[in-house]
Amino acid sequence: MIEIRNLHATVDGKEILKGIDLTIGPGEVHAIMGPNGSGKSTLSYVLAGRDGYEVTKGSVSFYGEDLLAMEPEERAAAGLFLAFQYPVEIPGVANMTFLKSALNAMRKHRGEGDLDAMQFLKLVREKTRSLNMTDEMLKRAVNVGFSGGEKKRNETLQMAVLEPKFAILDETDSGLDIDALKIVADGVNALRSPERSMLVITHYQRLLNYIVPDHVHVLAHGRIQRSGGKELALELEQKGYKDFGVEEAA
Amino acid sequence: MAATHETVEQVRALAEQKYKYGFTTDIDAETAPKGLNEDIIRFISAKKEEPEWLLQWRLRAFEAWKTMQEPHWPKLDYGPIDYQDAYYYAAPKLKNKPKSLDEVDPELLRTYEKLGIPLKEQAILAGVEGTEGQAPAIAVDAVFDSVSVATTYKAKLEEMGIIFCAISEAVHKCPELVQKYLGSVVPYTDNFFATLNSAAFTDGSFVYIPKGVRCPMELSTYFRINQANTGQFERTLIIADEGSYVSYLEGCTAPQRDENQLHAAVVELVALDNATIKYSTVQNWYPGDANGVGGIYNFVTKRGACRGVNSKISWTQVETGSAITWKYPSCILQGDNSVGEFYSVAITNNRQQADTGTKMIHIGKNTRSTIVSKGISAGRAQQTYRGLVKILPRAEGARNHTQCDSLLIGDQCGAHTVPYIESRNRSARVEHEATTAKISEDQLFYCRQRGLSEEDAVSLIVNGFCKEVLKELPMEFAVEAQKLVGISLEGSVG
Ligand SMILES: Nc1ncnc2c1ncn2[C@@H]1O[C@H](COP(=O)(O)OP(=O)(O)OP(=O)(O)O)[C@@H](O)[C@H]1O
Ligand SMILES: [Mg+2]
Repeated sequence: MIEIRNLHATVDGKEILKGIDLTIGPGEVHAIMGPNGSGKSTLSYVLAGRDGYEVTKGSVSFYGEDLLAMEPEERAAAGLFLAFQYPVEIPGVANMTFLKSALNAMRKHRGEGDLDAMQFLKLVREKTRSLNMTDEMLKRAVNVGFSGGEKKRNETLQMAVLEPKFAILDETDSGLDIDALKIVADGVNALRSPERSMLVITHYQRLLNYIVPDHVHVLAHGRIQRSGGKELALELEQKGYKDFGVEEAA
Repeated sequence: MAATHETVEQVRALAEQKYKYGFTTDIDAETAPKGLNEDIIRFISAKKEEPEWLLQWRLRAFEAWKTMQEPHWPKLDYGPIDYQDAYYYAAPKLKNKPKSLDEVDPELLRTYEKLGIPLKEQAILAGVEGTEGQAPAIAVDAVFDSVSVATTYKAKLEEMGIIFCAISEAVHKCPELVQKYLGSVVPYTDNFFATLNSAAFTDGSFVYIPKGVRCPMELSTYFRINQANTGQFERTLIIADEGSYVSYLEGCTAPQRDENQLHAAVVELVALDNATIKYSTVQNWYPGDANGVGGIYNFVTKRGACRGVNSKISWTQVETGSAITWKYPSCILQGDNSVGEFYSVAITNNRQQADTGTKMIHIGKNTRSTIVSKGISAGRAQQTYRGLVKILPRAEGARNHTQCDSLLIGDQCGAHTVPYIESRNRSARVEHEATTAKISEDQLFYCRQRGLSEEDAVSLIVNGFCKEVLKELPMEFAVEAQKLVGISLEGSVG
């Protein structure tokens, strides 16, 4: 259970989140939609503990623990995963090496031993195949020279390997072609379980046809303005965000 | 930005770097009186029972040295060095020169064990008499202060005609080779530090690979400075005869001491027709503490001569130690179609300073050189890449490619690139690329979000940055070097 209470956060002294309240139960999938610049990515960074995103008020409880008191890597080890809107390139570090370091770091936090090379290879091969990715992508440097869609797929692969308790997907659908969208959505759905919750940030109702959310929220001006079921996404698609005091783009 | 500022703060609050090799060995040593003069040189020469020509060579070097000035062109900042306040000879007291490993003082053996010369080597060291038949991977020459204390696998190599021993021993064993090649690549008048070395060198390794022989194992020298106030002046000479191949590794450490210690080595490589020498260094001398107190002053002259056609010399270095590093492993590409390579990772943290690079001198036709330099600076360290690519008129069709990348951690450190290019042949192609980057907050956060600690993240990112160079290291050293990269940057963030 993730409980966000009256969360306020500033970036460079500017208040971006102005009192977010959100409770996500085990196994639930919540979608957040909202105009550009409304604070969606900011919320995901604050939850993941990024430097420079300062919480000025409020609290976040993560399965009973004070999430905000933890270092980013501790949050990751506790089971929080963020699929980045803009995945980062790490030149010279093979995707495979990165995945292995990440998985073993998590296992260490949890007091488990390293997976041996064979076990790891088996695990990764399985996940790669289910996401229709090639082994060649595992040998390449993390996200370097990946197309926009490949980067998003790579985020999904990491999630599948790390098996988090709570995954935040920040526009994982952006940049995916129609087939890729389906593959990634299938990958995400395969991870749905009664213990695993998700927060799916998207601009497109289309994704929610594949990953059907339990709740949809509208974030605007740093606050959740409205919450509803999956039909809210359809309504937004038709009406846009003008009801929330946001001008339609010219 | 707030985040950047925080990182800077963290860098400022640098934890003292943990140097694992900072212990001293309690062993009886014989030292010559402090300072350098003719008598000391005669003393060293007599200790080694050297022939007259070598003594005279030393003395000529000493005469030359007295007229020379320490170079001041490097971008290095250090106080004056009192050359008369150091010991030029220190040797562990040995009753008899040990003939095999089991005669070596156990205290010395324990030292090398503690240094963790890669475990595989240890197994080999220990297994010299026992594990016969098992394919050995590395033969080791261990140099402790001024003397070589043990060389493994000598006999086995001798069966193939390979000579691998202390240079002081080679002087007796194969005097004509030593006399022919010593100083033939780095003359005794070459530069202040090389000249000092020529006058005062105490020991080092000698390698000769006969015609057509491919050396079946890695040869390796492990240098250890133990004695306080002692300079180490080792001299290495490697000769690869026609059509031969050798891969050679060099490792070094020193105890943690508050005063600076001088290390002025000379390495000469000679590759004849169709011969290849691969020379790898993992340099981890004590770098001094976080405030720049103590550490080794490392002034080294390394040069290889590709004398024969199609010969090749490849330098790979991972430089993480020393308070000061002054070092330009170079290649003289004399033989037609000869190849020179320089792959370098230099890491400076805290107050370390390094002025390092290479020289590629193209003399023969169709000579090719590749330079890949990766410099990483953290803390308040300063680092300079200084490289010279010189194409002489006869070097028709010569080619060089230089890639020079710097990575900065924090904003108190500096990276400088000084490439010199002199081309006197129009058909030559010389390419130079340089980049400077910082470890980005984005990369660090991305790694930490995936569960890596900040230090592991830095180590991973830096290892990625150095990958092109690290992959050139022999397998046995690559893993060690990767770890070292992480350790050297401990405390650079977080
Ligand atoms: N470092 C920063 N300095 C100043 N403003 C910032 C900074 N980072 C984010 N912001 C601002 O915070 C606001 C929220 O940004 P955020 O990235 O959370 O929006 P978003 O809802 O994810 O938008 P999008 O749909 O375009 O991804 C924006 O107005 C953005 O310009
Ligand atoms: Mg966003």
